[in-house]
Amino acid sequence: MDTVPILKLGSTLLVSIQVDLSDQTALQLQEDLAERITQTGARGVLIDISGLEIVDSFIGRMLSSIAGISRVLDATTVVVGMRPAVAITMVELGLSLDGVRTALDVEKGLRMLQPEDSEAPEALLLGLAAAEPE
Amino acid sequence: MPAADAARLAAILEDRTADISAAWLDRVVAELQGRTTRAEAQREQAEILDALVDGLKAGGERVDAPAFDALRGLLAELSAARARLGFTPRETAVGVFALKEGLYAVAGEGDAADVADLTALLRLVDDLGLFTFESFAAARESIISEQAEQLLELSTPVVKLWEGVVAVPLVGTLDSARTQVVMEKLLQTLVETGSEHAIIDITGVPAVDTQVAQHLLKTVVAARLMGAECTISGIRPQIAQTIVALGIEFGDIRTKATLADALVAALRSNGAARTPAAVLGV
Repeated sequence: MDTVPILKLGSTLLVSIQVDLSDQTALQLQEDLAERITQTGARGVLIDISGLEIVDSFIGRMLSSIAGISRVLDATTVVVGMRPAVAITMVELGLSLDGVRTALDVEKGLRMLQPEDSEAPEALLLGLAAAEPE
Repeated sequence: MPAADAARLAAILEDRTADISAAWLDRVVAELQGRTTRAEAQREQAEILDALVDGLKAGGERVDAPAFDALRGLLAELSAARARLGFTPRETAVGVFALKEGLYAVAGEGDAADVADLTALLRLVDDLGLFTFESFAAARESIISEQAEQLLELSTPVVKLWEGVVAVPLVGTLDSARTQVVMEKLLQTLVETGSEHAIIDITGVPAVDTQVAQHLLKTVVAARLMGAECTISGIRPQIAQTIVALGIEFGDIRTKATLADALVAALRSNGAARTPAAVLGV
């Protein structure tokens, strides 16, 4: 069975969903995430769904419940990279992902989760990204 | 109508071309005063008459016969051209129906056999007239659908106002089809430009009812799902009154009176230091 990798970036967990999820995989991801948050004491969860072409009501609810679980564990969830077509479909379905924060891409999402402490790893990462010539 | 008859009809038309054309032309010129010149009308008539005679000679009996292909093509072209020039249906159809005027002029002096032939001819002309009318309507419809499409494209530009701020100035009534186009374009632009703020300006929207509000809300929610904040601006006093009277709830969606206010608000929350606004001291 496929599993979705969860990467740790400082105090943030990064989940990049690159293929359409089966319901089973989605549930597995939810469990894994809860476990990793408690294990690592992460303060933020970044879910990149730029690879998702279809978000149905099940995935929508999964995103909402991940946000709920993280909140209980004192972590903020940001969903990033939703495609326009997916956003339109979700609106038509009446799914608004209540309680989930959103950002356009991973960088903006990371900035949203940036802790006040400028010595935190995220701050250093963003500093590196900003220093890179475009 | 056997082929022999068709040939005889062609012969009548050829024999009396001068008489028929004169009465026909007079009627057309009287109807189309100022819209077309006599010479032009005459040229068109000569073409129609030639095509009609050729068709009859080829044994054409009914308008949809292959023998009349050339004539139908000619009439369709003529009707389409007139539809584009803004002629009324009457002005278009008269070009063919007036041929009857010419035939009546001839009928008055003919014998009984002639009259029977002429009746057949008149029927044919009626069918041709109906065909003209159909072509005209088809041309008009294609013009209308073309224009509707153009309007849809023209009326929904998404403009970049500032680094990280895009705006959609909406003009005209919002319906589902237009909302869909606006939504798609806006979201696409958000991704392309990486903008975190979108402003929907409704100064050009004549009225906001519950349905229009519903469409606006959908667009805002979709933008939010993608991680961009949406502001609705350009709400005129009357529209504000209507919105309240109808009990429409905009919830926590930010609304501003003018586009300028919305831009300033967007720049402020963008963190002015990261935008050119800081340079201008907004």
